[in-house]
Amino acid sequence: MINGIWLGMIVIGFVFAAVNGRMDAFTAAVFDGAKNGVTVSFGLISVLVFWMGMMRVAEDAGLLRKIARLLGPVVGFLFPDVPKGHPAIGYILSNMSANLLGLGNAATPMGIKAMQELQTLNPDKETATPAMCTLLALNTASITLIPATLIAIRLNYGSADPAGIVGTTLAATAVATLAAIGADRLFRRLTLLRRPPKPPAVRTGDHAAGGSAVPHTSMKG
Amino acid sequence: MLHLISLISAWAIPVMITFIPLYAFTRKVPVYESFVEGAKDGFGTAIAIIPHLVGMLVAISVFRASGALDFLMGFIAPALEGLGVPPEVLPLGLLRPLTGTGSLAYTTDLIRVHGPDSLIGMIASTIQGSTDTTLYVLTVYFGAVGIRNGRYALKVGLFSDIIGFIAAIVVCLLVFG
Repeated sequence: MINGIWLGMIVIGFVFAAVNGRMDAFTAAVFDGAKNGVTVSFGLISVLVFWMGMMRVAEDAGLLRKIARLLGPVVGFLFPDVPKGHPAIGYILSNMSANLLGLGNAATPMGIKAMQELQTLNPDKETATPAMCTLLALNTASITLIPATLIAIRLNYGSADPAGIVGTTLAATAVATLAAIGADRLFRRLTLLRRPPKPPAVRTGDHAAGGSAVPHTSMKG
Repeated sequence: MLHLISLISAWAIPVMITFIPLYAFTRKVPVYESFVEGAKDGFGTAIAIIPHLVGMLVAISVFRASGALDFLMGFIAPALEGLGVPPEVLPLGLLRPLTGTGSLAYTTDLIRVHGPDSLIGMIASTIQGSTDTTLYVLTVYFGAVGIRNGRYALKVGLFSDIIGFIAAIVVCLLVFG
């Protein structure tokens, strides 16, 4: 699906640029977009370096395992295939709390750390596990208690009640998150049903290649 | 309640940054060395994301600059106008999952033109605040660990964007309409 969307945007963009006579804009947009991608990644360096350092301290102190044991049951039902007390759960919880508080700068590094921990549980390193998809679903919907950026913008333009959108935002984000969790559950189940049973004895060398080629081609559309 | 939440937001990071090393120190962790060791991974992770982000942002940028996005917006707008939804907010439904900065710029412009407390301003703020940029989140999170096949994650993200968009409009029409 991602291949289709990516190619689609470029090809449709080309057709429209041709019809609208905007070939110059097309070329400019390519380099603008590329530059933007690098700028955004570079912007991530500072927060990633800092938070990954801080998270390592937390991990070495056994804090993440403690959080995972303590609060794991709260999110455990969302991640049934992550072992109880695994550090991934600690990172997932940190990521969710940071999102909840609107701390985007901290949420992304913690989410990425959670992905890296989930990747250690992944038998096929190039294909997402159900737990990864659930984490992504939670992050794309991103439940937020305080939309801080928007409150600031509204204040800036002289709103009489800058925080007046907090209630409606909370309602909308709750509905979106429920929809994401529901859809994620549904797809997870459908995938399990569609996946052919694993052949009994496969050499580990063949497994990676065969595993990614056979079952997933049917799911890309 | 609101005051309490913003207080927690303001305190959360300073408290964490102080408490985590302090707790680790009591557990005999060499805190500074541990920090530096972990921080080393941050740079590589950020660099690993570059190809993914460049690829995705180029496609989105081309799609917008060519006029394709405008055409799509003009195509969808009349269909929903009949339902009492201000047509000005509809482009946000398309922009929001694709580009965070693009949709924030569009929201800011709507707030500037129509006023932050107008129905349009309220709906736009709610849409912008209620969800994250699906393609960006997918690109960064999967890119950071080298996942190529994201399975159904994109479908789930886009589905929840649509539901969130509809919910934002419905709730705002009920509360402010």
